[in-house]
Amino acid sequence: MKNHVLRPLYAVLMIVTLILAARIFLVPKDFGIQERGYMYGWHRKSNEEDWKKVSVKYQGKEYCKDCHGANYDSIAKTPHKNIQCENCHGPAIEHPSDPPKLTIDRSRQQCLRCHFPLPYPTSGRSKIRGIDPETHNPDMECSMCHNPHHPSLEGMR
Amino acid sequence: MTTRRDFIKKTIITVAGAALPLTAFELLDPKKLFAQVAAEKTRVRWAFLIDTYKCVGCGYCVKACKLENEVPYEANATRTWVERYVLTKDGKFLADSPKGARDGYTTSKIDLGLGNYEEVKNNNIEKAYFVPKLCNQCENPPCVQVCPVGATYQAPDGVVLVDRSWCIGCGYCIMACPYGVRFFHPVHHTAEKCNYCYHRITKGMKTACVDACPFGARQIGNIKDPNDPVTKIIRTQRVAVLKSEYGTKPQAFYIGLDEEVR
Repeated sequence: MKNHVLRPLYAVLMIVTLILAARIFLVPKDFGIQERGYMYGWHRKSNEEDWKKVSVKYQGKEYCKDCHGANYDSIAKTPHKNIQCENCHGPAIEHPSDPPKLTIDRSRQQCLRCHFPLPYPTSGRSKIRGIDPETHNPDMECSMCHNPHHPSLEGMR
Repeated sequence: MTTRRDFIKKTIITVAGAALPLTAFELLDPKKLFAQVAAEKTRVRWAFLIDTYKCVGCGYCVKACKLENEVPYEANATRTWVERYVLTKDGKFLADSPKGARDGYTTSKIDLGLGNYEEVKNNNIEKAYFVPKLCNQCENPPCVQVCPVGATYQAPDGVVLVDRSWCIGCGYCIMACPYGVRFFHPVHHTAEKCNYCYHRITKGMKTACVDACPFGARQIGNIKDPNDPVTKIIRTQRVAVLKSEYGTKPQAFYIGLDEEVR
């Protein structure tokens, strides 16, 4: 057989070899079929650790307890006890080092998330008392009269 | 020439061969065996339980999720969201989820999209409720099957993760998910999805949405542990999953799921 017939074949073989060689360097060592088999488990194993390393921002109310014990205790006696500190005060992240001060959400929208009346029969929402934001002191922050840590009407400021 | 004896012999061999199940020829796969051993060892399979009666649509879960998992706050994309369903007495069926309920539901107007709203009078409500949604971490995840590069996969504990460094952004998984859980991350430009706060649950914490929920509407548990309170509820009470007809075996279980919920 003449050489010019085989020449394209050599070229193709060369390309295939190059790709296979490049693959050795480009594909991570731990890439392959893992526990869940080829269909569901074909991946880079170390990525599982990458996801575990994501930083925690919401630390939970026990994180606040040691320094802000008075507030932790006072809200525990009110119907607002099941609301996490960070829902209004924002994620603690590494507070007090980072951020040194948290931004409190005092907006009316924040309170209306639960206290806009929606009497949906099969939802817990119907059991929460609400106000009409159009008529109930519009343009005023709720916390100017109501203490969110002591929300009953006796706790009015 | 085929004699009668030959014919009978060959028939017996053929029938005997055909009767052997295919599995008899399968060689033991050491990887599969190791996987079974590993699965026995970990004994963890994360599952979610949502009580739609308890959900009040405050949206704290969505807010916490977006901040915890660094999904840009103003982008109209979120890993978890809350839907509102309203059926009126005059036979209308309405559903909305403005901004994924990031700011909760603070109006009785239903968001119809494109700036249109429909006011529903309180005395016209026949049935209404909120349904939180998140990734179902399916046992047979179709989003993983379609990934051409092995960037999305199921971890041994059942959580489906995305390898951001390996994802090419083709979007097949976003289309394959029957629950519409996946989206493009506006910053990383890769497929993004709820991973049950993998960095939290692997440290023994709860997910950000579970912690943020004031009403206990969301719970996470290990379905392999028979003493887990979540597992007990799933085993003994009436729960349902979304779109079971797809055969994806979703692992987010709902109490009080209604037929209208899709």
